[in-house]
Amino acid sequence: MNVLIYLIPVSVLLGALGLAAFFWAVKNHQFDDPEGDAHRILRTDYDDHPKE
Amino acid sequence: MEAMDETFERPGPACPACTGASCARPEPAQSETGNLFFSVPTVHCAGCISAIERTLEAMPGIRSARVNLTLKRLTVDADPERISPEEIVAALGKIGYEAHPLDPSLVADPNRDAGSRDLLMRMAVAGFAAMNVMLLSISVWAGASDTTRDFLHWMSAVIALPATAFAARPFFHNAWQALKARRLNMDVPISLAILLALALSLHETANSGEDAYFDAALSLTFFLLAGRWLDHRTRIAARSAARELAALEAPKAIRLTETGEETVPVGELAPGDRIRLLPGMRVPADGVIEEGSTEVDRAYLTGETVPVALGPGDAIHAGEGNLTGALTVRVTAAGQDSTLSRITALVSLAETARNRYTSLADRAAAIYAPAVHLLALAAFIGWYLLRGDAHFAITTAIAVLIITCPCALGLAVPAVTTVASGRLFRRGVLLKSATALERLAEVDTVLFDKTGTLTRGTPELEWPERIPPRAFALAAGLARGTLHPLGRAVLRAARARGLAPAEVEEVREIPGKGLEGRHDGRRVRLGRADWVGAEGGDGMESWLAVEGEAPVRLSFTDAPLDAARELIGALRARGLDIHLVTGDREREAALLARILDIEPGKVHAEASPEDKFALVEALGGRGHKVLMVGDGLNDTAALAAAHVSVAPGTALEAARNAADVVLTGRRIDLLPALLDTARSARRRILENFALAALYNAVAIPIALAGLASPLAAAIAMSMSSITVSLNAMRVK
Repeated sequence: MNVLIYLIPVSVLLGALGLAAFFWAVKNHQFDDPEGDAHRILRTDYDDHPKE
Repeated sequence: MEAMDETFERPGPACPACTGASCARPEPAQSETGNLFFSVPTVHCAGCISAIERTLEAMPGIRSARVNLTLKRLTVDADPERISPEEIVAALGKIGYEAHPLDPSLVADPNRDAGSRDLLMRMAVAGFAAMNVMLLSISVWAGASDTTRDFLHWMSAVIALPATAFAARPFFHNAWQALKARRLNMDVPISLAILLALALSLHETANSGEDAYFDAALSLTFFLLAGRWLDHRTRIAARSAARELAALEAPKAIRLTETGEETVPVGELAPGDRIRLLPGMRVPADGVIEEGSTEVDRAYLTGETVPVALGPGDAIHAGEGNLTGALTVRVTAAGQDSTLSRITALVSLAETARNRYTSLADRAAAIYAPAVHLLALAAFIGWYLLRGDAHFAITTAIAVLIITCPCALGLAVPAVTTVASGRLFRRGVLLKSATALERLAEVDTVLFDKTGTLTRGTPELEWPERIPPRAFALAAGLARGTLHPLGRAVLRAARARGLAPAEVEEVREIPGKGLEGRHDGRRVRLGRADWVGAEGGDGMESWLAVEGEAPVRLSFTDAPLDAARELIGALRARGLDIHLVTGDREREAALLARILDIEPGKVHAEASPEDKFALVEALGGRGHKVLMVGDGLNDTAALAAAHVSVAPGTALEAARNAADVVLTGRRIDLLPALLDTARSARRRILENFALAALYNAVAIPIALAGLASPLAAAIAMSMSSITVSLNAMRVK
């Protein structure tokens, strides 16, 4: 079971990576318009240059 | 949608014909980066987004356009040299979307709001840490022992300690503030439970103990932060929406200087300045008329529908609408010092009275916090006396604190208000105050303002079919260019009947008297009875006189909104007592009361702002919970004093600020639905408290008996929080 000594910190680190990704998303305004983004994906016109 | 159109095209009775005139349209909303913001209330689908963005991006001078569907807002990056906001509004109008420029300095994005993002981050950290620690705890519960268990506990501690230090800071901070002020609030037991749970767990871990509550401390933090965040977000969203409405009015004034005229924001006016007022403008500051005469619309200030004639030397007040003549006014008081200050003083007086309300959550906390502390203390003393084992006594006392964790209580109110205000927001109701729903649910008396709230606030021509067609056509012809509400009413009525206005030449407007022109070589006049040579009657009237013929009387009424009668009926059906209060004359008030079927004893006419305030206080003093609905400056004190208050979106900014709830547009018919939602929300909140109490009734004896394990605490905590959240979804 000694392998846990490495594996648990590794899993926590991976989780922390996910947390960092979430922070990045919030800071990049990914959650500014959840409703609009849900509709935008259904648009018929293909968007070559998605606006930020 | 019609109500919406009406709202924005006609900002209110103080200014009846702004389209084309320079008054109510705000100066273009424009920031230095060239970013323009518009409110686009009608977008609702992917097609709308595409249509708007494609149309705008095809226009010269626009770099990009982006619709935010959640906020129903359009952001345009445009070159201010090449395109104006008006052109964009016009372009959108052509493809069928109404758009209103917003003042970028007032546009605050709720998602970019620092407080909300801060809470979201803390919530994410707490959630992340709670999940990891929970995984480790499951291994412990599954039977890990000896070194493995110690290792898992230490790992949990390493995650939990920094995570709670960061995530639970808002609770620690608030608890500390409360303790410093020698008060107890909900955050005190929360902080105590978190800190003690951590301390106990750390002690257990260091001594190779069995029970560690790291997961409980973290999930408690997570659930509570979720409640806080929901609460915060709802409030910010509603407040910024209400602020955006304010952004629609960005009044400017024309100041006369030695070199000529300059347009300045109203805030820059100082006593002694001379300003120019054109017909159709809202008066920006108190002053004295130096040159010119006119009629002013005081509907917002006093509730009178009939304009008042003024000339040189007369005082003119901020908020009045200048109707018929161009004026030069010397400012005597501006901004905070004007007539408004009297009303402002009343409003602040009223607000202190309002602060006495304690929310349901606070009332629950006031019972909960001492009870929990006493129980924990009792558990400690009881077990210590019984067993003489200090360690066991402390562990049990802390288990009591943790298991009565207030997460269900913490979620009980915000979960419900979030669901309810989200529903209401989509229908066009903006809740500005967090406790507005609770207070609305308690209402038993509704006090309505008349002008602009139950009525259109603009006169309507009475009995148009009784007016001879030729006279009607002449009157309409004369009224074509005027801003006077009676003239506009004639023109509207003529259009509605499909009557073409007659050609009248040389039309002149004589402020305070009426309109004069020539038709077929004869002089025609439309105006006051004494001016055209007729015997004046009662009520709102205007006379048409053709030279050599008998004058024709045109009478007017301030017509109730179509929805008004139904609204009163719907409110009565909900067991509410209806009162009407107005600054207008007895006759007008009685007339409306008859149409709307309000008992004469409950009609209060010729009421000053102070009278309205006093009436609200008197009704409140008799134990009634009063809902005040009003839109004018004269209503602001009453709005602030009432148990809860509602202002239509067409109301003056001051009234909207004083009200707890703002209805977009003139959707006064939303009131019954609003009350239903409020009552349903209150029911759900009380149910949630009952659920939390029920859960505690089961859990506390177990904890007191010293039988609570970390596993039991984790299950009970999650179950209660989820039940409470699910129950909140049932709000109608």
